[in-house]
This record gives sequence, structure tokens and C-alpha cells, in this order.
Amino acid sequence: MKDGTAALNATPAIGVRQPLIDGIEKVTGRALYTADLPATGALVGAILRSPIAHGEIRRIDTARARALPGVRAVITGEDCDVAYGVIPVAQNEFPLARERVRYRGEPVAAVAADDAATARAALALIELDIAPLPAYFDAAAARGTDATLLHANKPGNIEREVDHTFGDVDAGFATAELVREERFHYAEVSHAMMEPNAALAEYDAERGRLTLHSVTQVPYYVHLALARCLRMDESRIRVVKPFVGGGFGHRTETLNFEVIAALLARAAGGTVKLELSREETFLTHRGRPETDVRIRIGLKKTGEITAVACEVVQRGGGYAGYGLVTILYAGALLHALYRLPACRYHGLRVYSNTPPNGAMRGHGSVDVRHGFEALLDTMADELGLDPFAVRRANLLPVPHRTINDLQVNSCGLDQCLDRVEAASRWRARRGRLPRGRGLGMACSHYVSGSAKPVHWTGEPHAVVNLKLDFDGGITVLTGASDIGQGSSTLIAQTVAEVMGVGLGRLTVVANDSRVTPKDNGSYSSRVSFMVGNAAIDAARALQRLLIAAAARKLEAPAADIGCDGEDYRVAGTDRTLSYKDAVAAALEDAGTLIVKGTWSTPLETQGGKFKGAAVGSSAGFSYAAQVVEVSVDEDTGMVRVERVWVAHDCGRAINPLAVEGQVQGSVWMGMGQALSEESQYHAGLSLRANLLDYRVPTIVESPPIETFIVEAPDPNGPFGAKEAGEGSLSGFIPALTNAIADAIGLRLTELPASPDRLLEAITARRRAERLRKTREAAAHVNA
Amino acid sequence: MRTCRYAARARNDGEHVTKRIVSLIVNGRHREEAVADNTLLLDYLRETLALTGTKRGCDGGECGACTVLVDGEPRLACITLAARCEGRRIETIEALATDGRMSRLQAAFHEKLGTQCGFCTPGMIMAAEALLRKNAAPGEAEIRDALSGNLCRCTGYVKIIESVQAAVAPPATAGSTGGAQR
Repeated sequence: MKDGTAALNATPAIGVRQPLIDGIEKVTGRALYTADLPATGALVGAILRSPIAHGEIRRIDTARARALPGVRAVITGEDCDVAYGVIPVAQNEFPLARERVRYRGEPVAAVAADDAATARAALALIELDIAPLPAYFDAAAARGTDATLLHANKPGNIEREVDHTFGDVDAGFATAELVREERFHYAEVSHAMMEPNAALAEYDAERGRLTLHSVTQVPYYVHLALARCLRMDESRIRVVKPFVGGGFGHRTETLNFEVIAALLARAAGGTVKLELSREETFLTHRGRPETDVRIRIGLKKTGEITAVACEVVQRGGGYAGYGLVTILYAGALLHALYRLPACRYHGLRVYSNTPPNGAMRGHGSVDVRHGFEALLDTMADELGLDPFAVRRANLLPVPHRTINDLQVNSCGLDQCLDRVEAASRWRARRGRLPRGRGLGMACSHYVSGSAKPVHWTGEPHAVVNLKLDFDGGITVLTGASDIGQGSSTLIAQTVAEVMGVGLGRLTVVANDSRVTPKDNGSYSSRVSFMVGNAAIDAARALQRLLIAAAARKLEAPAADIGCDGEDYRVAGTDRTLSYKDAVAAALEDAGTLIVKGTWSTPLETQGGKFKGAAVGSSAGFSYAAQVVEVSVDEDTGMVRVERVWVAHDCGRAINPLAVEGQVQGSVWMGMGQALSEESQYHAGLSLRANLLDYRVPTIVESPPIETFIVEAPDPNGPFGAKEAGEGSLSGFIPALTNAIADAIGLRLTELPASPDRLLEAITARRRAERLRKTREAAAHVNA
Repeated sequence: MRTCRYAARARNDGEHVTKRIVSLIVNGRHREEAVADNTLLLDYLRETLALTGTKRGCDGGECGACTVLVDGEPRLACITLAARCEGRRIETIEALATDGRMSRLQAAFHEKLGTQCGFCTPGMIMAAEALLRKNAAPGEAEIRDALSGNLCRCTGYVKIIESVQAAVAPPATAGSTGGAQR
């Protein structure tokens, strides 16, 4: 690729370290993100946000704003009375608040003006009259008996309560030889992807057509929400995803600014560019909720798990969003990492007057996984077992159906454990490091795509189209959103591998609803698995046509035609047909070829029959183990991560380079949550809505991450592949706190492990030790 | 949004925003432009010159995505006034390629996957470029120090360090940051 012309000769396309096919655009600055799109003459959009956390809207007076010269449109909640939301049964959010505001920063009005200065001036002229209501900033307050309801149909301010019991939990605890329980508290965290939110909306008033360019991970959801909120026929809407600067779940749901941009464009009868500030991007939120976990585990002396009981409370923010899915994930993914004979889960998703939470990398599973792995570590210690031994005592046999009906067909966790144990020299070093330095480990896993889509349409889970024309070039048409994870590259590699052609023959066209097939989007790590399988199916269909054409030309049965690089050869002979001639033959009579490939998750992987069973079900699970080495300064409470060893079972690394990048990024994002990242509110006002106060780790404090790829092929995966972009995240956090425990003997139960929290814990321990010694001394004297 | 806020205040307060003719060199080309006193270099580059490779990632001085070179020094275009660049030499990511071919740093970021979503990449590469011009063979600590003002949310920085090292050293000796093994 370096010389600018990718090789046309056939080479293995998968399993090779493939730079991203759109990487050159990114390193040269040519990649156009939404805010970079040429939009000469576009109006500038701006949003007015609620200054209070909870209140009834009495009046919004926009007359003065409308009168300002240069203002082309002013809209409020009056302009859209259709609620939207990612989950069809839980749609209770409006693009602009109606009747009630439920968090500080919620959009209440928006303007489109000739320039940014006028737009800002217009916002300042809008008069808001909002009567404050009691506001709740944590789950306990929102659940108070006299608490005002955020949503009239949700008693107790509970968005969703989950009660799931599998197996005989009481019997399980009765047979346990050690039962322990612990409570944990986790701060809310944000995606903080580098690109701020932006949308470009064009409305063609004459034809009644709308085009929206946006930063979305799921253009299809945006398409549906726009049609719904603007009451437009879907066919009149076009959604395009340009380059997107990360997502991590923030952009899975349709977000208010996307609908607002479209409403403004229609109201103004033109084109509106809406760029959110970093602060506004934080306020749009959808991050991982503040969470309380109470977990109890029963173990045999061998370390075998006999039962688990877990209670989770999530502070979900002002609207439903993904909430019910998040609280279901927290319970469902207690399973499928280890063999659990019995498990009881109780989950509460609670409304609060904070920005709505949503899906974030490792959706729902992360905080619970910390609690589980941290308690397991404590109990291993108490039983005198090595942390690795406890995990090995609970490995899943494969294939395995969990007690909550998740189907596991491959699991390389044993190999992951072996790799990181050896690489970190765990046996030689654990427990032998100087005080203040420690090693900790933990395991984690994740789904390779949610087995059931959010919208039940009966369609396949993934569709890929291929177009082959006279020039011999193959155009791959996909709706899968490449948001930096490298999905377009993976799809190209997959097609090239099946077809036996070089990547240089392929062009990937993605994410333009006018030309690319619908896709369910980039979430739950579904793309490699589902779209990868659809791409294989499509490539095989195209290859069949070429082989049939070659067979005609070579006058041999199709079954005898084999691939020889890009060319076709009659088996056992030297009769060949070049790729270009095969293409010409295939196009005779037929003309331009367009084929389709599809894929759907096998029924047996779609979960059980109980309510909520769809969440957590997947056609393939990834597995990961990691060891973290820390040094802890007991005088300052500073934790430094010295090194991480991580092994991730991705089934088959279609692009090992991208797998490493995803695994390293996951581990590191886990580190941010573990060490420094957290939201903070004062009376509902976000205090950390910028990248200085919201402390994303810099390059200075980021450790070397030694990455090992483990390949336990999954029978359902494309070439055996499973996900690589999420499964390693949650394991970092318990591995870190376990390492801190090894370093200084302190087990943190509140995260992040920021210096203030750790120092407080260290000080409390010193105080307790002094008190104990004083009492002992006193007892001695008295005796 | 910073300019918006400034400009809105100007309008509301009835402040008079003056424009002045500024001459400067951007990516080797002489420019002479009337710019308002409160125009940020970032907006001048993106909106006046359509050099959108320089990114706005934050509300001012938080993330490093807008890093450009001013007289060879890395500067944040989002907190630099265009009018203060009179007579200066500005270089952006668009200037690094020669005859359409990537620079060594760009090629290394591409080949080593020092870029994932790509949004921090132009700023990251410009900060690294400034380092390599001063120090042809930086150690890992010097690389970390030079890039400490540039946030990335995708890579965990591992492959960014490898990319800069690869641009410095022949491929065989590059990569000591705990890269991957199979």
C-alpha cells in the first residue's frame, strides 16, 4: 500500500496485519468528519438548554428571537410532539423538552441563523419560564417514598426492575464452604470520544426530502427516529455517516441534536449545520450509569462456585434511553464467563435528574464484573488459593448452555489465563514484590453482537451487497458503520479472502442510506461477526457466478474449476482463464453483476423464553484475561499502572493489527474508569463537562500493554472470528484493584481509585490500626 | 463554539470588532487576509482556508486535536488568535505529504495503526513532527512528553508510541512499548 497502488495479485487477505483501508485519509487530514463537510451558505444551528434540573415548562417566549434579523427558524417542544427512544417499548424523550425538563442541559429550544453570532444572540433573547420541581441526583433520593415522579407512568421512579433466578440459589449457598458478600459503588463515566457531536441537515422543501449527515454509529436508528419525529415517509429521508471520530456507545442511540438539526432545516427550508461544543457533547451523555452493586458468592474450598446473588442499582438519568437493556445486561452477563450452577439477580434502573445514561463499551457488564472479580479475589485469598486457580476451577466446558440460556460454542479463556500468567511471570513474582508494588488479575468476556435486533422486522441480521462491473472492480456496499474500529477494512479483507482477489480490486462504500443496504449498526460488537458472515455469503455468491462463467469458457464442469490466485484453472490441467476474462464472461448476457449476502443468528443462540432473555444472548462470546502491575504511593494515594498483560480470545484474528488496537484501547479505557474518570454534579450541574476535569488518561500515565491474541475459533463466526473491541475492558478494573490489594493490602470498594479515595482509605486503615493498638495496649494494662 | 460566544458578546455588548490585514505563510503559501481581531487561528484555517484537517475537539485548550506548527513550534490553534500570526509560518497536517506521498510519520501512523478513528491524528502527528525536527532520535520518555497534550481515546497510546518510533528507526528495531505478540 505504501507505493499508492495496492497489489492486484492475490495474497492471503485475512490473518495479516492490514493497515486500515481508510487510514491514508486519516493521517493526511483528508478524511472529512461531519463538521468538515463543505456547507457553504449553511445556516448555523444552536440549542438553548434548561438551566434547571427538574421543572415544569410554563412558557417559552421566542418572539424577540424570531424578530432578530438573520434568524431563520426558532423551534421549541411545540414543534415535535412525537416521543422517540432507542427501545420501541420505552420511548419517552422528545428532541426538545415538552411540558417538563428533567435534567440540567436538556434542550428546550433551538435556532437556525445566518451565522453563529446571530444564533447565539437569538438564544439569549428566548425567555424561559420554568417552575422548579424537586430534583433527585442519586438513585436513593429518586426512590424516596414522597419523591415526585419524573414520568407519571413509572411509580417509584423505577424505569425497570429485573428479578431473575436460575438454578437453586439457596441450595448452592448451603453447599458452599465459604460465602462472602461485598458492596461496591461506581461513579458515572462518559465515552469522551474525540470528535464532538455534529450534524448537517439539508431539507429540500420543494420535494419534501431530508438529508442528514451525522456522527452516528447506527444510521438506521437515526433514519427511523427522523421519520417518526418529523412524521415523514422513510423514503424521503437519506442518512449519511461520514468519517466518525469514535463512538464507544454514545452514538448508538439517535441523539436529540440529530433530530433538532433536521427540525431546524425543515423549519428554515434549507441547510443547517449544528456543531455541539465539548460541554454540550458531555451533556448529551449516554454514559455508563452511577451504579451500586451488592454481590454474594459461594465457593467450595477448591474454588468452585456454588452460587451467586447480585443486586444492582443504576442511576439512569432523566429518560429511558437504553436503560432497560443496561440493567438486563448487568444480570445476564454475570453468566457465560464461568460455570455458574445457581444465580439470583435483582436489578433496578432508576430515573434521576441527571443527563440520560445509555450504552457504553462493555454495556451493562462492566461494573458488575468488577464486583464479581474483586470478591472472587478476596475469597481466593481467604481460601489460600491462587487467583488463577480459582478461575481455572470454574472454566466453562464447550459447547455449553448457561443456566440463563446463553449458548457458548467456543471459549479460549484457559489459553488466555496461561498466556498472561506466563508472560507476567506471575508465579515467580506474585507476593514477592516490594511493598507498594503489586500484581492483580481478572477475567472478562463479551458478546459478539446481540443475537436479537432491537427492531423485529423478520429481516436477516446483516446484509452486504457486492457490485462487479466491466472494469473488474468490486464495490462492497455495506451499512456497517466504521467508527475507527476498522470494520470497512475487515469487510474488504473478508471479501478478498473468499474471492481470492487483492484488496486493490475492492472499494468499500458504506453508510449512505440511498445506496447501501440497511444495517443494524455498530453496537454490541456485532459488525465483525454478523456483517463479516454476510460478506462471506456475498463473496461466495459472486465467486459462484465467476466460476460458472469460467467453466463455460474453459468447457469444464464448474466443480473442476479452482482458483489460482485471481485466475481460474481446470483442476489438474494447465487450462486457465484470467480474472478479467472470467469477469467478461460472467457479464455476457447478464451485464453488471450485483449479488447479496445475508446472515442471521442461529435460533439456538437467541436466548431463552423468559422476559428479558434476548439481552445477553449472542452467537459467540469473546474471552479475556489480564494481569496488571501497579505501584502505589501510600503518602499521596497515587496509583501508577506499570504494565498490563492481556490475552484476548477473538476466535480468529481477521486483522491482528486491528485486534491489538481494539484490545489495547479497551484495556486503556478500563484504566480510565478505574483510575480517574468520573462525572460530578452540583445540583444537577455537570462540573466536569470538559476534557480537563473529566480526566481521560494522557500518554504520560498510560502503561505498556502487552497483547496476546488467542484464537479459539467459533463455529458460527466468520472464519471462526469473534469480537475484539469490548471484552477486555471490564477485566482491567478488578485486575487493578486486585493489584492494589496485593501492593498495600487494601481493597477499594468505591471507584475510581483516584488519589483522594485511596488516600482516604489508607488513612482510615491507619486510624483503625492505631485504635486497635491503643485498645490492645489498654487491655494489656488493665489485665 | 468559542468564537460564537465571543462574537455573540460583541453583538450584544455593541462592541466593535475590528478587522486587520494579516499576512502570513500557511503551508508554504503566502496569504494576506482581513481577519477579525477575535478570530481564532483554528477558525481561520478551517473556515477561511478550508483546511479541515485541523480538528476542533474541545472548547479550548483541552485536547490537542488542533495542534499546528507556528514557526516550527507546536501550538493549539483553538487558543491562538489568527491576528497574532502576522509574519508567521503556519504548517498544518495538509502540508506534510510531498507530491501526494505521505511523510514518514504519516506512513508510520498508517502502517502501525497509530490512528483508529483518526480524529486526534492530525494534531498527534503535528506534535510528533515538531518533536522529530528537534530531536531526530527521541527516547520513549521524550515521545511521551512531547505528546502529553494530545488526547487519544481509541488506541491507549501504545501504537501511537510505536508509530513515532517506527518513523525514527528502521522497522526492525522499532517497537519496544509492549506491542503485541501472537
